[in-house]
Amino acid sequence: MKPQRSLEIGTGLFVLLGFAALFYLTTQLPGSGLAMGEAPGYRVQARFDNVGDLKPGSPVSMAGVRIGRVESIGFDSGAYRAVVTLRIDSEYDQIPDDSDASIQTQGLLGGKYVGIGAGGSETFLKDGGQIEFTQSAIVLESLVNKFFANFASRGSEEAPAGTTEKTP
Amino acid sequence: MIAETLQRIGTVAVFLVRLLVQCGPALRKPRAVVHQIYNAGARSLIIIMLSGLFVGMVLGLQGFDLLQRFGSEDALGVAAALGLLKELGPVVTALLFAGRAGTALTSEIGLMRATDQLTAMEMMAVDPLRHVVAPRFIGGVVAMPLLVAIFNVIGLFGAQLIGVQLMGVDPGAFWSQMQAAVELDDVNEGIVKSVCFGLACSLIAVHEGYTAKPTAEGVGLATTRTVVISSVLTLLLDYILTAAFLGR
Repeated sequence: MKPQRSLEIGTGLFVLLGFAALFYLTTQLPGSGLAMGEAPGYRVQARFDNVGDLKPGSPVSMAGVRIGRVESIGFDSGAYRAVVTLRIDSEYDQIPDDSDASIQTQGLLGGKYVGIGAGGSETFLKDGGQIEFTQSAIVLESLVNKFFANFASRGSEEAPAGTTEKTP
Repeated sequence: MIAETLQRIGTVAVFLVRLLVQCGPALRKPRAVVHQIYNAGARSLIIIMLSGLFVGMVLGLQGFDLLQRFGSEDALGVAAALGLLKELGPVVTALLFAGRAGTALTSEIGLMRATDQLTAMEMMAVDPLRHVVAPRFIGGVVAMPLLVAIFNVIGLFGAQLIGVQLMGVDPGAFWSQMQAAVELDDVNEGIVKSVCFGLACSLIAVHEGYTAKPTAEGVGLATTRTVVISSVLTLLLDYILTAAFLGR
């Protein structure tokens, strides 16, 4: 009877450990895990000239605090602009309706998110509202192009400095 | 050659169906199943945990070295977590499982076959599939996802150990970037993979044992085949599943 008992205890321990690990992986690891989607919220639309690689599910933040998520990204074929629907948690219901939305990047290689800067209006954004002032995603390539164009025009004036080569 | 391969696949498929039919009745004797979960799972725990730790540590080291070149060593947590969850965890665990538990299953059942125990059971109208094979199959299938989960958690700990403690990655960035980047879908992908690998490896192991030639050489050959087929099948399935998940 004894070895059977210790075997069952061992199995129980193993199964418990396994499920604890599974539980940790499914609930703690993904920040957007099981808790996502349940909090009530309201929807606001914002139109951008260019959303870059913003994706549904990207965070919406204000002063660095996450206040909601991007729900969907559509296309307005009349104005040729992207229509981004933001879902803001209902506890943040005092956002001035003249606030601005801009698409920003987390770190150098991080994902895109929508940053909202507070305006000064006395009336607040409501469900179905619209953010009028938007700033598009910064396209890194065009920025780099601009930088190199600048660099090249400056470099040609002091060309000799650039021609020295490193000796091994 | 082609006909032979087809025949093998056919016999495995028929065997799987017969086995699945017997799984229900086998579950009515939970003692036997618990015993097999212990054999396949709990006794593989040490090797899985050790391997997980070292795989995680190596991931931390290599990932740090690579990411450092781009100045984004903060993303080490993401790299380690996704690498472990989606690929290394399920695959390495399945390979270890084939070597540790799969061979044990094959040689045990094969030896029963070689010493006529299975034949004796058939003579007594006791179905060996239900009483010998099915509990072992279920044990393997249950143990595998749990082993993968444990492997992943230990691996993350190993990566954290090297990345944060040794290499000085900021612990806050390590964990928060990981939590921001890992989606529930990534975790699910790993779980689906581990279940599939568990089914495949357990099936191959019990089938090879059950159909082993009843000689010492036959059991040896069957054990070797278990490792070879399970490993190749795991990697093949891994590619197919990855393609399916990425295709979504």
